Amino acid sequence: MTLPRGVRAALLLGALALALVPLSGDRFWVQFVAKLMIGCLFAVSLDLLVGYAGLVSLAHSAFFGLSAYLLAALSNGLGLLSAFVTLPLCIAFAALAALAVGWLTLRTSGVYFVMVTLAFTQMLYYLFGESPALGGSDGVYIAQRPRLAILGRTVVDLGDPTVAYAAIWLALVLCFVLLWAIVRAPFGRVLIAIRVNEPRMRTLGYRTRRYKLGAFVLGGALAGLAGYLDATLYGFVNPAQFGWRQSGLVLVTVLLGGKGTLYGPAIGAALLALLEHFAERATEHWNAVVGAAVIAVVLFLPRGVAGLLEGHRA
Amino acid sequence: MSRQIFSRRALLAGTGVAAASALLPRRVFAASKAKIRIGLLLPYSGTYAALGNNITDAMKLAARELDNKLGGREIEWIAVDDESDPAKAPANVNKLVVGEKVDVLTGPVHSGVAMAMMQIVRQEKTLTIVTNAGAQAVTGQLCAPNVFRTSFSNWQTSYPCADVVLKDGKKKAVLMFWNYSFGQESMAAFKEGFTKGGGTIVKEIPVPFPSTEFQAQLSEIAALKPDAVFVFFAGAGAAKFVKDFADAGLKDKIALYGSGFLTEGVLRAQGAAAEGIKTTLHYADTLDTPANHKFRDAFKKATSREADVYAVAGYDTVHLLANALGKVKGDTGAQKELIAALESAHVDSPRGPFRFSKAHNPVQNVYVRQVKNGKEIVLGVAQKDAEDPAFGCQMAT
Amino acid sequence: MTLPLLLLQLLNGVEYGLLLFLVASGLTLIFGVLGVLNFAHGSFYMLGAYLAYWLGERTGSLAAAVAIGVPLMFAVGFVVERLAISRLYGRDHLSQLLLTYGLVLLFNELQRALFGNDVHGVPTPRALAFGLPLGELQAWPAYRAFTCVACLAVAAATRHVLLRTRFGMRVRAGAVNPEIVEALGIDVRRLLSILFSAGTALAALAGILAAPLTTAYPGMGEGVLIVSFVVVVIGGIGSVKGAFFGALLVGLADTLGKVLFPGVSSAMVYAVMAAVLLWRPRGLFGQPAEAR
Repeated sequence: MTLPRGVRAALLLGALALALVPLSGDRFWVQFVAKLMIGCLFAVSLDLLVGYAGLVSLAHSAFFGLSAYLLAALSNGLGLLSAFVTLPLCIAFAALAALAVGWLTLRTSGVYFVMVTLAFTQMLYYLFGESPALGGSDGVYIAQRPRLAILGRTVVDLGDPTVAYAAIWLALVLCFVLLWAIVRAPFGRVLIAIRVNEPRMRTLGYRTRRYKLGAFVLGGALAGLAGYLDATLYGFVNPAQFGWRQSGLVLVTVLLGGKGTLYGPAIGAALLALLEHFAERATEHWNAVVGAAVIAVVLFLPRGVAGLLEGHRA
Repeated sequence: MSRQIFSRRALLAGTGVAAASALLPRRVFAASKAKIRIGLLLPYSGTYAALGNNITDAMKLAARELDNKLGGREIEWIAVDDESDPAKAPANVNKLVVGEKVDVLTGPVHSGVAMAMMQIVRQEKTLTIVTNAGAQAVTGQLCAPNVFRTSFSNWQTSYPCADVVLKDGKKKAVLMFWNYSFGQESMAAFKEGFTKGGGTIVKEIPVPFPSTEFQAQLSEIAALKPDAVFVFFAGAGAAKFVKDFADAGLKDKIALYGSGFLTEGVLRAQGAAAEGIKTTLHYADTLDTPANHKFRDAFKKATSREADVYAVAGYDTVHLLANALGKVKGDTGAQKELIAALESAHVDSPRGPFRFSKAHNPVQNVYVRQVKNGKEIVLGVAQKDAEDPAFGCQMAT
Repeated sequence: MTLPLLLLQLLNGVEYGLLLFLVASGLTLIFGVLGVLNFAHGSFYMLGAYLAYWLGERTGSLAAAVAIGVPLMFAVGFVVERLAISRLYGRDHLSQLLLTYGLVLLFNELQRALFGNDVHGVPTPRALAFGLPLGELQAWPAYRAFTCVACLAVAAATRHVLLRTRFGMRVRAGAVNPEIVEALGIDVRRLLSILFSAGTALAALAGILAAPLTTAYPGMGEGVLIVSFVVVVIGGIGSVKGAFFGALLVGLADTLGKVLFPGVSSAMVYAVMAAVLLWRPRGLFGQPAEAR
């Protein structure tokens, strides 16, 4: 699974370009690209499930949202501002939730699996949206953003937009590299084999459900990381982060970009965000532009944008 | 001979003026040339679209009355459809405040969107005028010197209604409302007044926003047989609720009350179903003042629609801005002076006398209105010079 | 809760469920027979509601909206199937999801361009604008009773077509094994086109009937779509009988949830689905065969 050299160069260039954005000084763009990168991270983490393990999960946004809400609770309710404490806790919480949801839903398969994951995310959406105690449909504000302090001195303050941007960039790059390594390692190869033919893998003696659950938990943990960073960026969490619209949207970016490639979904997320932004300024009916673009991709680029970049490969 | 001296004096005077003007801060000159950018964060789609449109049109009407100039500068309107969606609010507010760098931000309708907006404008210190959203926190816990509200607070529109209901001899009430901050706060304010006066709340029925499926809840209300029902709905939801209430046969059997939003802007759509409903609000179509008549006529002429409470807030906002910006000669950079000018502003509003409280919320009369023959008749003043308690606001202490 | 109130709420739930059935029946057949995950199904419901508003304003009658709107939407379904859906046969579900999602965006913009961004109330037909008295304070709107009857009639008609006509026989065969049906020389393409169009027309009819009850508003398609998918899954993919009972179950769960657990009523439907799937992983009447 080696990347063609052109793609590898493009990815490195892209990462470099992203790193240089804060130098522009344009606050709006810094925040916009930061949000875009979070979307990339979120999409890449879903690709592990959709593209490699063959699990079309609509529950992914649940872990994103749970991590975000936990950050709000920890920092508003308990006054925990140190990222050393809140970040691991939120990721662990998301991973645990993924373990629980995965354990229950992986009993089903196919379209039923999709629907059961949908059920969980919807239940969370309504739970958070309709209880005033959890903030209700208006969401919750994070009074103070997380920071990293060593020996009492604040070294890294994620409330600073440039610092937050750097943190998000770092997270995206590290996670990409991590997942890249995982899918080329034995674990990843088994996952791919399970996606291709699960009964055969079972007869070969693999505990396929465990592998799928492992992928589900790992994906969920990374979704939690994305949720934590998103909450930090805007200082705001909202039940709409759960819900099928958010889950559906990230699935669309994965498919647009090309599932099973890891970098494809990142490109898909970036392209969709940029397309929306520019289409919005061009015309009132920008949704139609996005819709037409999506249809065109399905009809003419069956393997997504990544398929276009990689040319004709098996 | 005298003419020579005169002209020499004139020349000297002219030179002096020219020299002095060269020393004036550049900023004033630049400001008086650049357009003043006003951001509109309003819903142009969904259940509150009519409200967003009315506010916008009233603002533009007021602007036309002022020759489209505020403090000598031309106006540039920049509108963003907030879709009454709190989830998209941070991005939308950023678009206006950080991206477009508006001089003044106005709006929104939905209180949840307002909360998101508050977080950002408090940090960015953008001059903000809330033209509708009634969330208490805007001029309460989250109050800020650069934030003003020209509309109302939930408390002002719901608390006085409790008295109205009690005076009608109703002691047992059921509450029904859209379950987001505005609805929750309205009910809390009403409950406070109602229970203080000896009434009891039989049941509270929340409905998810913006759902308009009321059948199951109406069946339940009929079974509970309360004396009165106090509700919060607005826009298209209000239109539907009143009609459904009548369709369920409850209209003349259980008295229906609400904050004025229940009937504002939707009387025609509601038709006969709205007859007899009593509401409390800081405005009524039939207020018999010259300012109101002039405003309503102008609005009707400009838009072919009837003005309502939402339009009034937009109209007053632009006149207040004109007033204050005039005092600082259009210099939006002089924020402290601008704020002081706004604070001391008095405006002859269609709603009656109105000034800002220390927390920057309007101090205004709240009227009791009743729908009679398809018109909103003012029965009296429910509360004179009602001032929102502004809990938690530092500026109000 | 007293018994009369409970019965009335059950009636409310059944009414909601029957409307859902109209939408879900088309969806389950399209999914079961065509094998297409049609995300745009809710858009047809929405277009139906807006047609009810628009035609209702111009003709003053809901019946006219039905008479014109349903055949119009049948034609729309036919065109959509020929142009877009037919390219999805045999492709994986994810591609279908993506393409139909694009269609949803297009339809949403079409609705905004044609009908604007406002919420539009649709008046109840005057002949049915009265209440059926059920108690000293309770009255059940006659229009709701009418929609129940109408939906039941459509359900009966659907059942008749599926069980007693040749077309229905082919559809049922196609749901089980489309390859054999084709091998038997039946023009499967035409069958699929008509089936898709019929599903579209059913969804639009549901939208027209529901419009006086829900008003026509932007984005109304997505809400009904998700709930319809839940109904389809509960009932079992491809089973119209399943869609019927699933819809009733969902309608009752939703209505009773609103009354008994107003704080979490919206989540009830999903909790019910999760419970059903844990008990019967293929839905109530689903095929035990492999998932498509």
